[in-house]
Amino acid sequence: MAPVDVPVRNRAVEGLRGYGLIVAMWVRSTMTYRTSFFLSTFGNAAITLLDFVAIWIMFSHVDALGGFTLPEIALLYGSSSASLGLADLLLGNTDRIGVRIRDGSLDTMLVRPVPVLAQVAADRFALRRLGRIGQGLAVLCWAVSELGVAWTAGKVLLVPVMVLAGAAIFGAVMVTGAAFQFVAGDAAEVQNSFTYGGNTMLQYPPTVFAKDLLRGVTFVVPLAFVNWLPALYVLGRPYPLGLPGWVAFVSPLVAVLVFVPASLAWRAGLRSYRSTGS
Amino acid sequence: MRQATARTTAAAAAAAAAAAVARGARLYPAVAAGGFRRYATYGTATAAGVFTNTVFGFVLAYTYVALWDERPGLGGYDQAQALTFVWVSQSLLAAGALIGGGFQEEMQERIRTGDIAVDLYRPADLQLWWLAADLGRAGFQLLGRGVVPLLAGALAFRLALPADPVRWLLFAVSVLFALLVSFGVRYLLGLAAFWLMDGAGINLVAVVATVFFSGMLLPLTVFPGGFGEFVRVLPWAAMIQVPLDVLMGVHAGAGSAVRALGFQSAWALVLLGAGRLLQSAATRKVVVQGG
Repeated sequence: MAPVDVPVRNRAVEGLRGYGLIVAMWVRSTMTYRTSFFLSTFGNAAITLLDFVAIWIMFSHVDALGGFTLPEIALLYGSSSASLGLADLLLGNTDRIGVRIRDGSLDTMLVRPVPVLAQVAADRFALRRLGRIGQGLAVLCWAVSELGVAWTAGKVLLVPVMVLAGAAIFGAVMVTGAAFQFVAGDAAEVQNSFTYGGNTMLQYPPTVFAKDLLRGVTFVVPLAFVNWLPALYVLGRPYPLGLPGWVAFVSPLVAVLVFVPASLAWRAGLRSYRSTGS
Repeated sequence: MRQATARTTAAAAAAAAAAAVARGARLYPAVAAGGFRRYATYGTATAAGVFTNTVFGFVLAYTYVALWDERPGLGGYDQAQALTFVWVSQSLLAAGALIGGGFQEEMQERIRTGDIAVDLYRPADLQLWWLAADLGRAGFQLLGRGVVPLLAGALAFRLALPADPVRWLLFAVSVLFALLVSFGVRYLLGLAAFWLMDGAGINLVAVVATVFFSGMLLPLTVFPGGFGEFVRVLPWAAMIQVPLDVLMGVHAGAGSAVRALGFQSAWALVLLGAGRLLQSAATRKVVVQGG
């Protein structure tokens, strides 16, 4: 049932336009409660800051954790935080789809002439999440300035690529999590364990964790590509699973690949959706 | 004649008070039971939460192993005690609604939409009503979300759980006080919506404070010097740090647990009292619109 008066355009362009319009609406709405916006942006930044303060407190007792120094851990911490913040800003509210399914308001989205994923992703767009991105980038910059790394062109390029590809990987996890909610309506928390839980894990060096856990986050849910593999290359350290060196550069490829199962899951979920209505 | 009237009025007032107490004794347990059943309904949500707590437990446990390998005895805990700290605090998170998920979002929404006027009109006390509902919820989440992560942790790592039943009894009392303190803080947040309208910002700031100052991220005894002493007297310490010390019999909970429980109950009284005061200020402010 395509709208008759609109010529068939690229669905991606259409989706992005709709996404932009909804985002702009939510930003205007957010700015109505200005105090709340500033408090929540500050709170968002403070979450990452206090997280980092906890690591800093650890380092007031030790010189190295898992063999890594504070600036080295700051590189892991900053990049993972910035990636998660970016994904959370752009796609984070997809986890609200469970609520939409339960109260039936997803049906409204199905009849609007904008792809459902774009609507779900822009739903209640939370500009305050800029706070986390800012904090993550600040720690990342501090780490880069403190590290005694022999910077090559490849390493310099790898840092921004790592943050963007990492955000895409987290984003794919979020879309998959949203699709899972078509099956299990209340399971929004499962996705948190991969995004927020993954982020907490990636802030620490891989040497700290058990090998089986590392295999899981490298080959099953490829979170290791968010920052561990590229960051270890920048730091000139080996990955405990002994993968070849070029693996550090395949994060963007992994980021594209993980969207294949994510989008398949999303389509399957949306197709299986039967409204709650009478 | 006048004396007789005064007597009957006093008797009537006493009877009314007794009736109110009797009604309350039936009402609030019923509200608490409702809170318990409400959360027990969502099986998938509970399973998802258990999964999340277990994942976080593992991530934190590995980092603690690395930290305590490097620095044995840090914060006055050996490695088994530090791991106990991780897993028991993961089991208490949901019950204390320490990272959201309690009642305050719902209360704020009712204030924003004006539904709170209906609540105020009910023949029940607003604070006691929410407290009863929240304790019911906490009771379910203590069982539904607390037991499995702790078991998983105990299977995968060597923990320092006490064998003495008295310790567990003291721990149960301490957890109850922790829930009261947590409720006290969150009730103030809920009421803040009377002035702020949108609670998202203040809730987030509160979560940050709770994550950091409760000991959930890192035991408060690891915090350095004067700052460490300062964070150990804040109300958030009563939510995780103190119950854990009572369970393991170290620091504030060592020897006589009386001081630890006194610390918690003092904060509970202060916060619940502040909630009363703020509630009366808020209800004087409320204007019911529409017709």
